[in-house]
Parts: sequence; C-alpha cells; structure tokens
Amino acid sequence: MANEHPEGSIILDTVENVVGYLKQYSVWPTTFGLACCAIEMMAIVSPDTDISRFGGERFSATPRQADLMIVAGRVSQKMAPVVRQVYDQMAEPKWVISMGACASSGGMFNNYAIVQGVDHIVPVDVYLPGCPPRPQMLLNAVITLHQQIKGEHLFGSTRKAAARAAEEAALKAVPTHEMKGLLA
Amino acid sequence: MADKKKSGGFFSDLFAPVAGFGVTFASQFKKQYTEEYPEEKRPTAPRFHGRHQLNRHPDGLEKCVGCELCAWACPADAIFVEGANNDDAADQRFSPGERYGRVYQINYLRCIFCGLCIEACPTRALTMTNFYELADYRREDLIFTKEQLLAPLQEGMLPAPHPMVAGMEERDYYQGKVAKATPEQEQWVREHAPDIEDGMTPSGDPVLATDPVAHGQQATRPSTEGVRR
Repeated sequence: MANEHPEGSIILDTVENVVGYLKQYSVWPTTFGLACCAIEMMAIVSPDTDISRFGGERFSATPRQADLMIVAGRVSQKMAPVVRQVYDQMAEPKWVISMGACASSGGMFNNYAIVQGVDHIVPVDVYLPGCPPRPQMLLNAVITLHQQIKGEHLFGSTRKAAARAAEEAALKAVPTHEMKGLLA
Repeated sequence: MADKKKSGGFFSDLFAPVAGFGVTFASQFKKQYTEEYPEEKRPTAPRFHGRHQLNRHPDGLEKCVGCELCAWACPADAIFVEGANNDDAADQRFSPGERYGRVYQINYLRCIFCGLCIEACPTRALTMTNFYELADYRREDLIFTKEQLLAPLQEGMLPAPHPMVAGMEERDYYQGKVAKATPEQEQWVREHAPDIEDGMTPSGDPVLATDPVAHGQQATRPSTEGVRR
C-alpha cells in the first residue's frame, strides 16, 4: 500500500473512497442534445427509467454547473467548435459520455460533414453503442461512469500521480485520426 | 364587485394552502412505473436487436462460411470478415463445407443494429441476441472479435476445429440430420486438443470453462493469425 500511494497518503485513501462514493451520485448532465439520441436521453428523466435514482435528474441549463456532457447525436463539423466550447465551459471535474454510434465513431455517416467520433474534439470517458441506445443502455453507461468516478484519485499526490499517468498514456496513444481498420 | 373573492366554505378555505400536498401524498399509494433498472431488468421485446451472435451446428462446427454478405449488407461498414479454406489434412476444419470465417469482427461503435446483416446471412450463422449492455471505456474494446461473438457451446457440442460427422456432407447439416457430436468426433478432439480434455462430458459448460479461446485469453484483435479457432 505504501508503494501504491507515495508520500504517506493512507488516510487520504479512505477519504477518497468516501468522497468518490458520494460524488458518483451527484453527477449533473448538461442540457445538450444534437440529434435523435437526445430523445432517448430525455427519456431517462421520465418516470419509467428514472435517472434521479442515481442523482442525475438535474439537467443543468448552463454548462458551468454541469459535471457530465452526454454527447447525444451526430456531431457535424460545423457543430464541433460549439461542442468543444460547451466542454471548456464546464467546471472540473467533468466527464463525457459519447452516446450512440454517430457520436462515438461517426456511425453510418462516414462522410465529410460529420466528425468521425467526438473523441476527436473532447476526451471521452464512456462509449455507448446503439442507434439510438435505449434508455436502459444509457443508464448502463451512466453506471459504468459511476464505477470510474468511484475509483478516481482526487487529492494531493495521488491526484497528481494519476494526472501524470493519464497524460503519459494520452501521449503514447495512437491519435484517433491515425487509427486503421475498423477503428478508422 | 366583480372581483369579490368566492368563499368555498370553512374547511375548504382552511386547507386550501396545503391542498397541493394532498396530490403528493396520494401519489405515494399509486402504482410505481419506474423500472428498477440495474437490479430488475424488464425483458426486451423478443425480436429486439441486440448484440450479435455467431451460431454453431449441433455438433459444434461453426455455421459461418465466410461469404462476407453481412459485411456487404452493412450500411455502416461495421463488419469485417475474412474467409479461409477448411483443411481436413491440416486439422483445420471449422465449418462443414468449403470455407469458414477466419476473422470476424464487428465494430459496435459503427453498428446501428439495423439487422440487415442477419437478413443477408445465408446460413443463419449470424443472429441477434437481446443483450444490450455494451457501454465501455475504450474504443478498441468495442470491436468484438469472433471469439466474443461465437455462441457458447451447448450440450453435445464440441469446440471447432474438428472433423465433420462421418458419412455426412454439408447438405446434411442444413437438413438437420446432425443432432450432436459423435463419439468419433469426441475422440478426435481428445487427441488433437488435450487442453480441453476435461470438458469432454456431454454437457457443454465444462468445455467453456477450460477452453482458453472461449475466455478470450488467447485471441486478441491484432493476432488473429494462427489462432486455433
């Protein structure tokens, strides 16, 4: 444990777990939809599949009070700077769910007008297939994101180390536009 | 005196400010419509378009013949298939007939679950399940390979490769003349794939438990070359 968490952050480790547990149940999404996936995104606030059970029913009308950006729909080249601006306006910590085939990879719109995956412009945490995904699939993606949030390092040296590791991994990763085969 | 307030009686006036709470209170006793999703999952419609599955013949040989019709039908170019020849002499018999699908990949981030691929499939090798929980952290993880898509072994099935049932030809498989793996096939698999020897029981599950390919430990995306299955 001492090796895992340098500089004596054993106490912080427990605090991190508690805060992570609390934090995962207060993720506020942005009010932000681009296409048909947004209709299914609206459905998760409905009584049928109620996202307020996970503390996410408060869709924020301003990105400055939002934690989660659900990119719901195809991102056109013209919309890309807007999506990026919404992301930049959100306060840290922030997460992104790429909802549906079009947002995740361009889907069936492999053409000049559509960004081939929203991860070209913003870092994506959870990818969700489907066209559009049913509300339960989006709930599943939100729960998948909760698992990630729970395990995130939040304080002091562990946070710095995690950020450094993430940066190193990002520098090593193949850029999305250089991916080949089915990934292209 | 047109704006004179109408009085509705003593009790009506008394409870008027809190009358709205009555609606809230009464709704506690109404039926709940919320699906408690992760704990209780409502079943989908029977023909819901979910994750794909590559089916097998009753003796465990694969139904896919590597014809690539699914890849051609796909409007999103989400499927990649590479066929190869079955070779009895080299112990590489994966499907009855001439060809089998050596590489089979579906990119679930492109797939729009339209079902044109399963309509195109001439052998009913590709069908869709009702499974829909596909969210993942990485783009690469959502390209499903053949090992992930292949149907689990049912009772009486043996993992490919193994020879066809003796005396049967390809046509007989499609006419339903093959019911399950024969003792000769079991013997062949026991000789040629000793690592799954424990799984030679008639029930399919132990085979899965000891088969490294079925667990996805062996075959990963970059090195589909030279994979046993």
